[in-house]
Amino acid sequence: MNRKDLGLGALLVVIGAITAFLNPLFLSTVNLLNMANLIGLFGIFSIGQGLIIITAGIDLSVGAMLALLGVVFVDLLVNYELFWPFAVLVVLVAGLLLGALHGVLVTRLGLQPFVVTLCGLLIYRGAARYYTQDGTMGFGYAGDLDTLTWLASGRSFGIPHPFLALLVVALVVGVLLHRSVFGRYLYAVGRNEEAARHSGIDTRAVVVGAYLLGGLLAGLSTVLLVFYTSSVSPSSFGNFYELYAIAAAVLGGCSLRGGEGSVLGIVLGTVLLQILQNLVNILGIPSSLNFAVMGSVILLGVLADQQFGRRKAALAGA
Amino acid sequence: MDGVAPILSLEGISKSYPGVRALDDVSLRLRPGEVLGLIGENGAGKSTLMKVLGGVVAPSAGRIVVGGREWPRLTVPDAQAAGIAFVHQELNLFDNLDVAANVLFGREPLRGGPLRLLDRRAAAARVRPLLARLGADFAPETPLAALSIAQRQLVEIAKALAAEARIIIFDEPTSSLTLSETARLLAVVQELRAAGTAIIYITHRLAEIVDCADRVVCLRDGKLAGTLERGEIGHAAMIRLMIGRELRALYTPPRRAPGPGGLTAEGLVTEAFPQARADLEIRAGEILGLAGLVGAGRTSLARALFGLDPPRGGRVLLDGRPLRLASPRDAVRAGLYLVPEDRKAAGLVLSMPIAENVSLASLHSFARLFLLDRRKEAATAERQVASLRIKAPHVGVVAATLSGGNQQKVVLAKWLSMAPRVILFDEPTRGIDAGAKGEIYALMRALADEGVAILMISSDMEEVIGVSDRIAVMHEGRISGMLDRDLFSEQAVLRLAIGQGEEAAA
Repeated sequence: MNRKDLGLGALLVVIGAITAFLNPLFLSTVNLLNMANLIGLFGIFSIGQGLIIITAGIDLSVGAMLALLGVVFVDLLVNYELFWPFAVLVVLVAGLLLGALHGVLVTRLGLQPFVVTLCGLLIYRGAARYYTQDGTMGFGYAGDLDTLTWLASGRSFGIPHPFLALLVVALVVGVLLHRSVFGRYLYAVGRNEEAARHSGIDTRAVVVGAYLLGGLLAGLSTVLLVFYTSSVSPSSFGNFYELYAIAAAVLGGCSLRGGEGSVLGIVLGTVLLQILQNLVNILGIPSSLNFAVMGSVILLGVLADQQFGRRKAALAGA
Repeated sequence: MDGVAPILSLEGISKSYPGVRALDDVSLRLRPGEVLGLIGENGAGKSTLMKVLGGVVAPSAGRIVVGGREWPRLTVPDAQAAGIAFVHQELNLFDNLDVAANVLFGREPLRGGPLRLLDRRAAAARVRPLLARLGADFAPETPLAALSIAQRQLVEIAKALAAEARIIIFDEPTSSLTLSETARLLAVVQELRAAGTAIIYITHRLAEIVDCADRVVCLRDGKLAGTLERGEIGHAAMIRLMIGRELRALYTPPRRAPGPGGLTAEGLVTEAFPQARADLEIRAGEILGLAGLVGAGRTSLARALFGLDPPRGGRVLLDGRPLRLASPRDAVRAGLYLVPEDRKAAGLVLSMPIAENVSLASLHSFARLFLLDRRKEAATAERQVASLRIKAPHVGVVAATLSGGNQQKVVLAKWLSMAPRVILFDEPTRGIDAGAKGEIYALMRALADEGVAILMISSDMEEVIGVSDRIAVMHEGRISGMLDRDLFSEQAVLRLAIGQGEEAAA
């Protein structure tokens, strides 16, 4: 656990304690489990976002990708009555393909990640709305989806499955990022692509790898989110989620300059964002202030981190 | 001419950096309507002296007299106000603006009173006669991006004229010009001189000095090495001035004769010089020095050999077998490594610990399945740190905190922990203190004695002559000559570097 993760953890505890003090309901089992569920749902694609940010890239298209994959997923299950494991597989593969597309556009054609994924955002959102004629897609009386419903939105040992899914994803990606060759390459390429290239690393493949993982995790998130909302309205499903993801990654210590960040940090960042949302509800703050609270806390967090970093650098230099 | 008062005089200018005396008591005078040629080897102090004139560097001692006023040091605005202008080799222009905007940058004609709008018509009208005077074949409205390097240089000169510069300093102006463009530039210099502008002309191309200079001043090791008046200017005299220092004994002879293998480049065509073909043989067990002027194509050659800019033509053989060089990966797999010129940007990931930098190129050998064995990684790095005597508290220290010499050793450690067959060193001791230099030379020799083929690109004449077993000299993308140890001399290297005697050597 590095310094940033510790600081973030401390901030979490303080905000949690204050909220609990003001309204003890914050610590009720129902509220905690509800938050855990949301943390699971948001955490998975935020980890994907974090991986891309570590390569000094960004993915603005996640939210729209969720909507497009979401409508396709529901359509496959409801109208085509595809056996659900195949439908899940299609969504995961589609996520991978979109990630591959972004990766190739960024590395082979030299386009800026911001531009590529901004276009992705517009295209996928538009495609999703066109696909359903702007109508909301629900499950209605779809066939036998009990198993999938249980998998995606059920509980084991009282814990919501999305949260368990996040734990598994965080563990796997954590090992990949912090213990594997690929992870080391990711940091090296994100921080100094030139030096990585001079060391004989196929830097393009590494960057494409990050976008692939981002796409795959977006696909997984789609499956879970669809069963959370139980219907997909293509114009609002996943709206702004790319920004939640970026916020979680930045709070979690990822620098937009690349080469920095940890999986634990991104998860903690997601937790903090959900606590803030919850705090707005539970303390009776007007919900219209939701975004303003989130923005202020992120700004303060980043500012505090930078000041701390500067002082440390000054001490080291002296 | 002697009767004319100087427009600029430098008196006893010195500049010290920690450990280095970049300028040592340099004095010179420049009169209006005079072209002063300034020569000297790389690192002789020419750029520092010009930075003093431009107001970028403050001298530690001495005084500057410009236009009758005396200054202990100049600032950038002082220098501009005194009428000093530069035409650089790297052009200081905005390629997203048009010619007129560049020429009049900072002194744009305005209209609309308090609105301070740009008056584009007035700007064009002011720039047009300047361009005509320089014989430029483009209009003030032309976007800069549409111009060639030679045309951009005319824009720089027009900019100097617009600023009513009385002293124009040309710093390596022809390094990327063709012959006819060079001739035209020299004609412009003559025109400026005739109009009374004082000119300092810095170049490695001595023929241009012979063509245009009224007087030549030579710097060597930060000191004034001598002055040549109009009648005395000639190649031999200038080369004599540029050299003339005792060489220290750096050379350690190889323990055995070079082996049969090594790296051979046949008719290699690089991106920088698509017309030229380079042939080079680096024998296993030798240190081959690669000398040449800045911009002669030495770094391009190394980049091509390492697969960074894959060769456009020709072939590369390692121990007689053709090598595919589409990327650095191919080179690294074959045991062909590069220690790059800019170690901070290309050699290291500065924010990573020593151990992670050392393992970066051979990470798969530290992995079981795909998980890293960090203990093995640290152990390997510790071995390298010990054998290269890298000064660091432990291998978890980030590379950014190390000194230049120790950083260079970390770059080396990365390659030495693998299986080197050929190592290309690009300016291996630039910015490194004398003690660490000696250690790097010793390391290169030890590697060569183990049968590694070593190429050392260097602009430091003392180093090239003192360390190499043979020297290859490059000129405009080609190898203009090869020297064996018994033929080593600064004159011989320099003559080949400026493209002279090429026929004789070939």
